[in-house]
Amino acid sequence: MTEGLRKWRFAGLVLLLFLALLLDLSAGSVRIPLREMVRIFFSSSGGNDTWRFIVEQIRLPKACAAVMAGCGLSVGGLQMQTLFRNPLADPGILGITAGASLGVAAVMLAGGSIATIYAIKELGVTGSWLITVAACTGAGLVMLLVLALSARLRDNVVMLIIGLMLGSVTLAITSIWQYFSNPQDVKEYLLWTFGSLGGVTGMQLFILAVMVLIGLAAAFLSSKMLDALLLGENYARSMGLTVRRARLVIICSTSLLAGSITAFCGPIGFIGLAVPHLARGFFNTASHRILMPACCLIGTILLLLCDSIAQWPGSQTVLPINIVTSLVGAPTVIFLLLRKKNINAYR
Amino acid sequence: MNTGSPLLVTRNLQTGYRSGGRKISVSAELPELSVRAGRLICLLGPNGSGKSTLLRTLAGLQPALSGIVEIGGKWGLSSPELARQVSLVLTDRVGGSNLDVRDLVALGRYPWSGWLGVLTATDKAAIGRAIEAADIASLLDRKVHTLSDGESQKVMLARALAQDTPILMLDEPTAHLDLPSRIRLMRLLHQLAREMNKGILLSTHELDLALQVADEVWLLQSAGPLHKGVPEDLVLEGVFEAAFAKEDVTFDRTTGVFRIHPEGARAIGLAGSGIIAFWTRRALQREGFTVVTEEAAASAGVIIKIEEQQGAPVWVMQAGERLTSIAQLLETLNHRHLS
Repeated sequence: MTEGLRKWRFAGLVLLLFLALLLDLSAGSVRIPLREMVRIFFSSSGGNDTWRFIVEQIRLPKACAAVMAGCGLSVGGLQMQTLFRNPLADPGILGITAGASLGVAAVMLAGGSIATIYAIKELGVTGSWLITVAACTGAGLVMLLVLALSARLRDNVVMLIIGLMLGSVTLAITSIWQYFSNPQDVKEYLLWTFGSLGGVTGMQLFILAVMVLIGLAAAFLSSKMLDALLLGENYARSMGLTVRRARLVIICSTSLLAGSITAFCGPIGFIGLAVPHLARGFFNTASHRILMPACCLIGTILLLLCDSIAQWPGSQTVLPINIVTSLVGAPTVIFLLLRKKNINAYR
Repeated sequence: MNTGSPLLVTRNLQTGYRSGGRKISVSAELPELSVRAGRLICLLGPNGSGKSTLLRTLAGLQPALSGIVEIGGKWGLSSPELARQVSLVLTDRVGGSNLDVRDLVALGRYPWSGWLGVLTATDKAAIGRAIEAADIASLLDRKVHTLSDGESQKVMLARALAQDTPILMLDEPTAHLDLPSRIRLMRLLHQLAREMNKGILLSTHELDLALQVADEVWLLQSAGPLHKGVPEDLVLEGVFEAAFAKEDVTFDRTTGVFRIHPEGARAIGLAGSGIIAFWTRRALQREGFTVVTEEAAASAGVIIKIEEQQGAPVWVMQAGERLTSIAQLLETLNHRHLS
């Protein structure tokens, strides 16, 4: 693909991103005319106060969360797929997402225990903050375990298997917890696993943004290392890449992205798996300097569209985001498998 | 030819693996090995003799059990420093993820480019030279996973050339290639050593090609020391014969090829010389005859003389039969033997 065509495609994606953003902002149970929307954005006062509140306090933070989650999950997925040279890798493959789930399960399902009640009273945190902190702790602990193991290993395939095993064990512990908990608590936990972009506001949004930005910066800086890893570890080493250090940077970046996003928004599937494939197909390249921004754009567009679908314009009900991404993502992956063009390239 | 200080020298090197604290040595302690600029070295040896292990150890992909590998006068180089001294073509399959040939070759500039991998004019010039040297200009827009084995090998060579290092090492570059591709690749490597003044080390099973192109041969055996030297010296000293006799294979010193057919019990005399005698001998050996000189065959009773009649060869049997092709000759011999 020529440089020029690539630029046009990027421009097209940026345009699409604005359209998706607009669609997402106007989607919801309350219909707000487009002209009002523009006025809310470009003047600080006037117009319908209710509408202004809905857009500024509810829809805009939700769209911001979607942008961050879309970027972070896609880039994390791209990093994992390249690091492990596996088309089915996603940001959760090392068990980071499972770690976040375990943290949340620990708080919700042990809700009656003395320690938790004490924590809530002493720290004065709201339920939502508590869940976020718990998820961050869970994801962080699994990440530390993964990093400690990663520093000892020479082989990426062994790292992948260990990551899968960690995830499996973490989920098993969560299941044991569910098994012994009362149904009401389990239902609350299940609601969390449906994912939600809407719960992130104010300070939480700021913290999420900082963590995602750090993760993305590390990912962009690792572009060159990821390019070298495309040839496999031996060639990468022969070109001067310190494989262990590269793996550490890449796993840190993905863990930060996946861990923080799962902590604040709950698990969101398929974006991290499907978007890197879409980006490779659309730009017909393997160069990570192009794929990184491409993943950010496509991931954001896809998640905004999924969120708009979840709102189902005009209806009063809202579908959980994790269900919509799976409904949209699964056919995408099947389509890619049938077309084979991109998946085949891994063999 | 530059015969100055060597690019790579080993001292007291022993190769092998560490497994659970134990050292598993692959080869006996090696003699001092050196790679010089402008020279092509072929590393030969049967499967399991430790060719790949030696190559990987020299390239810094795996640590030596003991001893040192000195490159550019220094040892213990960091991997970025090493990457500016040694480039590799490995047997690892490079499948993919949408990688095209142009990007793959450009990756060779990895040790020289900045932290984002942006290519400078110097980088682009080096890539251009590599593409020209490996003759892959027509493949640039192809995806790597669509290449044939021969094309793939040339592309990986171009990537190594773009890395622009004084030393180039190749692990069995001729495996999976058909005969013309094997010959072209060997010829190309020989040219690269001469014209770009690189020190090239390659492991291969192609003994006959190695004998033709190598400036030096390192011969590894399943057991025993590593022999090194100019290939013709090794042949004349009988090193090849001795080494391959252990593998139950006969190396024919006079022809420089391996003999598939064991020495036959039936002796036959052949009088003649030149190309016709050479190919007649080959045919007779296949049929189970041991070809001896005319005098020695006097007792055996069968002597074939090669004559020429109007520009075409004629094989004359002792009884006076005149045969005009090797097919006829073999038929007559077999017929007589049976009766």
